[in-house]
Amino acid sequence: MTQSIIVQVGQCGNQVGCRFWDLALREHAHINTKGVYDEALSSFFRNAVLIDMEEGVVNEILQGPLRDVFDSTQLVTDVSGSGNNWAVGHKVYGPACRDHVVEKVRRAAEHCDSLQCFFLIHSMGGGTGSGLGTHVLSLLEDEFPEVCRIVTSVYPSAEDDVITSPYNSVLAMRELTEHADCVLPVENQSLVDIINKIQQMAHSGKPSQVIRKESTLISGRGGVGGTEKPFDAMNNIIANLLLNLTSSARFEGSLNMDLNEIAMNLVPFPRLHYLVSSLTPLYTLADVNIPVRRLDQMFTDAFSKDHQLIQADPKHSLYLACALVVRGNVQVSDLRRNIERLKPSLSFVSWNQEGWKTSLCSVPPVGHSHSLLALANNTCVKPTFTELRDRFMKLYRKKAHLHHYLHVGGMEHACFSEAVTSLSSLIEEYDQLESTKSLLWSDAPRLQVAT
Amino acid sequence: MEPKVITHAVATAAKSSTWKYEDGSYFCQKQGSGNNWANGFCVHGPRHEEAVSDLIRRQVERCDRLAGILTMMSVAGGTGSGMGTYITQCLRDSYPHSFILNQLTWPYGTGEVIVQNYNSVLTLSHLYQWSDAILVHENDTVHKICAKLMNIKHISFCDVNKIIAHQLGSMLQPADTVGTLGHYTRNPVGELLKNLVCHSEYKLLSLSTIPQMSSSSLAYSSFTWPGLLKHLRQMLVANARMEEGIDWQVRVPLNGQPALERMAEKTKQGFNKSLANVLILRGKDVSGADPEAFLHPGLYSSWLPAGTAFSTWRSPVPFNGYEKSATLVSNSQSLLKPLDNIVGKAWNMFASKAYVHQYTKFGISEEDFLDSFTALEQVISSYRHL
Repeated sequence: MTQSIIVQVGQCGNQVGCRFWDLALREHAHINTKGVYDEALSSFFRNAVLIDMEEGVVNEILQGPLRDVFDSTQLVTDVSGSGNNWAVGHKVYGPACRDHVVEKVRRAAEHCDSLQCFFLIHSMGGGTGSGLGTHVLSLLEDEFPEVCRIVTSVYPSAEDDVITSPYNSVLAMRELTEHADCVLPVENQSLVDIINKIQQMAHSGKPSQVIRKESTLISGRGGVGGTEKPFDAMNNIIANLLLNLTSSARFEGSLNMDLNEIAMNLVPFPRLHYLVSSLTPLYTLADVNIPVRRLDQMFTDAFSKDHQLIQADPKHSLYLACALVVRGNVQVSDLRRNIERLKPSLSFVSWNQEGWKTSLCSVPPVGHSHSLLALANNTCVKPTFTELRDRFMKLYRKKAHLHHYLHVGGMEHACFSEAVTSLSSLIEEYDQLESTKSLLWSDAPRLQVAT
Repeated sequence: MEPKVITHAVATAAKSSTWKYEDGSYFCQKQGSGNNWANGFCVHGPRHEEAVSDLIRRQVERCDRLAGILTMMSVAGGTGSGMGTYITQCLRDSYPHSFILNQLTWPYGTGEVIVQNYNSVLTLSHLYQWSDAILVHENDTVHKICAKLMNIKHISFCDVNKIIAHQLGSMLQPADTVGTLGHYTRNPVGELLKNLVCHSEYKLLSLSTIPQMSSSSLAYSSFTWPGLLKHLRQMLVANARMEEGIDWQVRVPLNGQPALERMAEKTKQGFNKSLANVLILRGKDVSGADPEAFLHPGLYSSWLPAGTAFSTWRSPVPFNGYEKSATLVSNSQSLLKPLDNIVGKAWNMFASKAYVHQYTKFGISEEDFLDSFTALEQVISSYRHL
């Protein structure tokens, strides 16, 4: 079995990471009915490295119900935090704790039979997750160049409470474009919308629409943790994303998919590796008499803009590639039928008209009979990036808050201008591809052979 | 290159009390090839060459007489296609006088793996150099057989694989190739290749079996040899891969017509020209079956007389529950269209350089791609002008 190492950086990264381990425990306990905690599980958990520059969050974890699971060899902490400043995270803490981080990661890697992938979880808007997180990313590329790096980044919404989040995000974006193999962007606003949808369903009161409480995407019930905290519901969604992504590597199925296959199939050009994800179903109805139409509905929902984890509408943009990770009792004929059905309403780039990567895992997630994770390399990420750049320019033009960054050794104006140039050229590349969408394309002329 | 499937296969076989895989007859690693042909061919292949060659040699040494090697792989993924091709090359080097028959599974046209067309092109172009013959099964075709003929509502890969296994079994089970019943050939693979692959440019084989139906319908059906052979012949002529939906309008062009007219007729009607065919009959009254219709010279290309191009094998032993069954192994134009599609799609993708960096990372350059495309265009052209 291949293993992945989860590196969680910063407050957001650690809180999401915590939810992930909690739900993972729940899932494995569900499958492995002999006991909650066994040999396989404990080796599974050694694959975590927790990094934060202030102690609050990590201490909470160590005092919480997961305290027996992690030990001090997996932590890298400091005291004072990064003050929401990318430069402090990247240029100060980065080099300072580099050796520590390398050591912890190496130790975790040695425990792995076969290390396949690093999962980095962080936010883009803050200081540690964003700055130190991206420093760790380039460190992982240097020390372990053959291991795939998949990054889950939480992007700030427009009404973010951190004023300098546009600076932090754009500076981090450049690192992500250069050093990550795959990025799964997530926006808080989308998560909030999904939660509202679920709660609306839960409280609608219609008798045929009663949902099973422990089956919702946001439920942490049955996990190790006790009461639910404010961001828990949103973090559960991201945790479920990671669980479904790794399901094929952890359980068996008729069409397995390894994590390096994701990077291989979904990244046609090295820089365009931003994948829009969507998870369905959001909940399972309690009434078992609901017919199997649910299965087809699940596929349709995966492409609707309400289920995407960023504010984007992939149906009306151009697909470069799409992957469907199906869990549960779904056969290949159901999968093919739904692909045929949905294809006409989606536009794929001319050279990848059948750009589908499919995977079937036989073990469904807890509380559902089947589930679907759709990952799309789609030009609908462009608006997210354009807005980010606009917010950045608004601040940068006025030179607002810039001195906080420039005070840090190693930071100059060039860092900012290079970062925004990198972002602009990324947007430009997506733009160029999108412009081919409505053009009538013809096949490239084939090689002629003398007869 | 990853353990889950092999573990499952070995366990399933061991559970059935009739046969099982020998201990130590398998090789697996921890991590797959990531759907990357270059990873399978350039990295995993050489790395594990010695271990795999050892395993094979152990089996070969136990054979009294090696009839040939049958490899089974898919073309869409990374290990089957890339490493499988590398192993075929090693086999060709180690056993230069043995027959190598590669059984390939082509993926669904609507996509199972995004880079499947690249992997297919690289596999086929390289295999053509080292393999003696390439027997192809397409997932699309077998899926249709499951749906239309076997009446399976929710088709799983298990069902698809059962059909492929049935077809392979009907081809490889002992049969008499000479004409005197009771005298089974010792060299089925060799005879097959001798009859079908007379020119190194034409190595693509396809399989059709008749009848194919679910076991519940089988109890209510009866067959006659003339009926079966008539359907099978039209399946060949009209390039139908199963006995439902055959286009009976397609006819063999008559020899009296001028050549150009015949060519136009052929392409218009979708007539499938053959280079060579082997018909395998199994079951009751098999000596009474008359395959005369398969000897029509119009079915075959002009440079091989029909008597040489067609052979019949027989066995009185029924196969897999079918009282009478007929299998046609064919070297014909039936794979031309699917091959052309695959190469076309791969070429389009290559023209925009998409995903190429994933292959160059492991040692396959753009030059290698171009060579592969050229080789396959040559094969396509040869089949088209059959």
